[in-house]
Amino acid sequence: MEKFTTLTAVAAPILRINIDTDIIIPSREMKRVSKQGLSDGMFANWRYTEPGGREEDPDFVLNQAPYRNAKIILSGANFGCGSSREHAVWALHEWGIRCVVAPSFGAIFQSNCVRNGILPVVLENSVIEDMASQVEANPAENQLQVNLENCTLTAPDGTTHGFDIQPADREMLLEGLDAIAVTMKHDEAILEFQARDRLQRPWVYL
Amino acid sequence: MGRSIIEKLWDAHAVADLGDGSWLVYIDRVFLHERTGSIALKGLEAAGRQVRNPEQVFCVMDHIVDTLPGRTDETMMPGGKAFITTTRQAAHDAGITLFDLHDPRQGIVHVVSPEQGIAYPGLTLVCPDSHTCTQGALGAMAWGIGSTDAEHAMATKTLVVKKPKLMEVRFDGTPGYGVTAKDMILHLIGRHGAAGGVGYAVEFTGEGVRSLPQEARFTLCNMAVEFGAWTGVISPDETTFNYVQGRPYAPADGAWEQALTDWQSLRTDADASYDAQIVIDCADIIPQVTWGTSPQHAANIDAVVPDPAAEPDHTRRELMEKALAYMKLEPGTPLTEIPIGAAFIGSCTNSRLSDLRAAAAILKDRKVAPGVKAICVPGSGSVKQAAEAEGIHEIFQAAGFEWREAGCSMCFYAGGENFGLETRVVTSTNRNFENRQGPRTRSHLASPTTVAASAVSGHLTDVRELATEK
Repeated sequence: MEKFTTLTAVAAPILRINIDTDIIIPSREMKRVSKQGLSDGMFANWRYTEPGGREEDPDFVLNQAPYRNAKIILSGANFGCGSSREHAVWALHEWGIRCVVAPSFGAIFQSNCVRNGILPVVLENSVIEDMASQVEANPAENQLQVNLENCTLTAPDGTTHGFDIQPADREMLLEGLDAIAVTMKHDEAILEFQARDRLQRPWVYL
Repeated sequence: MGRSIIEKLWDAHAVADLGDGSWLVYIDRVFLHERTGSIALKGLEAAGRQVRNPEQVFCVMDHIVDTLPGRTDETMMPGGKAFITTTRQAAHDAGITLFDLHDPRQGIVHVVSPEQGIAYPGLTLVCPDSHTCTQGALGAMAWGIGSTDAEHAMATKTLVVKKPKLMEVRFDGTPGYGVTAKDMILHLIGRHGAAGGVGYAVEFTGEGVRSLPQEARFTLCNMAVEFGAWTGVISPDETTFNYVQGRPYAPADGAWEQALTDWQSLRTDADASYDAQIVIDCADIIPQVTWGTSPQHAANIDAVVPDPAAEPDHTRRELMEKALAYMKLEPGTPLTEIPIGAAFIGSCTNSRLSDLRAAAAILKDRKVAPGVKAICVPGSGSVKQAAEAEGIHEIFQAAGFEWREAGCSMCFYAGGENFGLETRVVTSTNRNFENRQGPRTRSHLASPTTVAASAVSGHLTDVRELATEK
C-alpha cells in the first residue's frame, strides 16, 4: 500500500451531511470484478448531467478548474455512510483523493480508507466550514497541509488543528503496511486461541 | 460490575489487545456475495493466500442476479454474468460453501444465513455487506466490512477492530396496532439521525423488543447501520433459541444442549452499563414513512412534508432542501396525499415469510391501484417455497403484484432493471438515497404492510385505515 506521511494539496469542499457510498460511486458504475477503472464513475450522479452519461455538470465542484487537482475533500458529518462497497474508496483513490476531512464517517468506509492509503481526518464541523471558506477564496493557492507524523492539519490561514487517529491506523498509513502481514505477526496467538476455543465451543467448528 | 452482551461477545473473541483501543478479534463465520465477495476471493488468490478455515466461509448469489422466473447467469445488469461466474469459480477453488443460483436455499445473504442456522447466538460473523448487522438479532456480533477486510478475515480468522462504545436503545411498552419493527427503527432514525449511532454498538432492549418475533428482530437490527451504528444486537432469549433449533447448520443433539447452556449466559447482566441510552415509548410510535433522501427523513404517516425553514441546524436544513428538490415535494403536503408509481416488497430488511404474510393480509381481495407497478421479491428460495405452500403468491398475484425469484433485486439499481426515471416508489427496503433504486427514482421507505396498503390506494397510506376496513 502507498505510504501517507505529509500532504499539501487543493481541498474541495463538498459540504453536505450523510454523503453515502451510493453517491460516491453508484452501483451501476461498478461494472467489473476489479478495483481498477472506477474513478470515471466517482460521484457520477452529481458529476455528469444525465444518469449514465458523461457530459460534465459545470456546477459540480470537482469539475471546476482549481478543484480538478484536489487531493483532499472537506465534507459534512457521516461521510461514506451506507453500503460497504470498497469501490467508493478505490474510486476516490484512483481519481487522486488522499484525504477526507469530516466531522464523522461511516464506520466501514473509514476502515476501508485506511486499508487503501486514504487518511480520514475527523474535525469539528465549524472548523471544517471555516477551512472551506478560506479555500473557496482562492482554491489553487489556499491549500491545506496534512501531517500524519504529528497528526495535524494546517488551514490556509496558518491555524493548525490536531486530530485523533487510532495508532494502529496511523502506523498502517505511515508505513504503507499490508494489514494481513501485520496480523500474521500474531499468528501464534491466533492459533492458540483457536485451539483453546475448539475445546470451549466445539459446536462452532463445522 | 455486570457486562452487556456486546462486552461478553467481545471478551469471548478477543485474541490480542493491540494496546490502543484496537483489538484482534476472532471471526467465527465469513459470508460473501457475488458483488463484493468475488473481489475478496480474487484478491486472496492474487496474493497467493489461502482461506484458513473454508468450512466456516459461505457465499450466496444475491446482489445482481435477475429475479425474473427462468433466470440464468445472464443478467439485466450489463456485465453481471462475470460477477456470477467469477464468484462461482473462486468459491470452488477456495473450497467454501456456495449457495448458487439454482440452489433451493439461494437468497439474500442476511436471510439465508439465519435461515440455514449458519448464524446463531454467540458468534462473530462478518460479510462485505453493510447490512450484516441484521444477524446481530440472534445475539451474535455481526458487522459489515470492506472487501479487503474480508480477505483479512478469511486469511487470518481475525480482524483488527476498534472497541466500540455501547448504546442501549430501549423500547418500552409494546408496539400498537399496525406498527411493525420497521416503524420502530425508522422512528428511532427519524428522531436521532442517520449519524445518531456513529461510534457505537447498539443493543436493542425492552419489552417492545422482547415482544417481537425473531424475524421482526432481524428488521430492527438490519437498519442499525442506517442509524450509523457499528452494529446492532439483541440479547438472545427463548424466542431466539426456538428460532435456531433444528436449522441445518445449527448445533444439534448433544452439541445443542452444550451450546444452549453457553447462550443462556450471553444476555446482558442486570447491572451492566452503557455509554449512552435512548428510551422510546412504543405508545408514541405510529406507522412511519420517509419523505427525503436519508433514512433520517422519516416521519409519522399522518404528518405533512416538513418545512426546512423550521429546522434550526443548518447542515440538516440544507440536506432537507436538497432532498425536497430531489423528491419533488412541497413542505406542508400531507404524506398520505403523495401519489406513487411503484411498490416494492423485498430486501434483507423485509422479505421474510412473516413480512409476506402481513402484506398478503392487506392485499387479500384487493387490487393494486391502476398505473402502479408492484413487485414482491421473497428473500430466499426457502421463503418463496414456504409462502407458496400457504398460497401467499396467489394473493399477491391476484392483487396485481409480480411474484419473483429470490435476490436483492431492485433494492438498488446496478445498471439493469429499475423502476424508471423519476418514478416514485414506496418500498420495504432500507435506503432512500438519491438514485438508489434507479435514475432519479424517488424512494419512500416503509413497512411491508404500509407498502401493500399504499399500492392498493395509489398513494402513501396509513395502513391502520385499510386494516380496520375489513
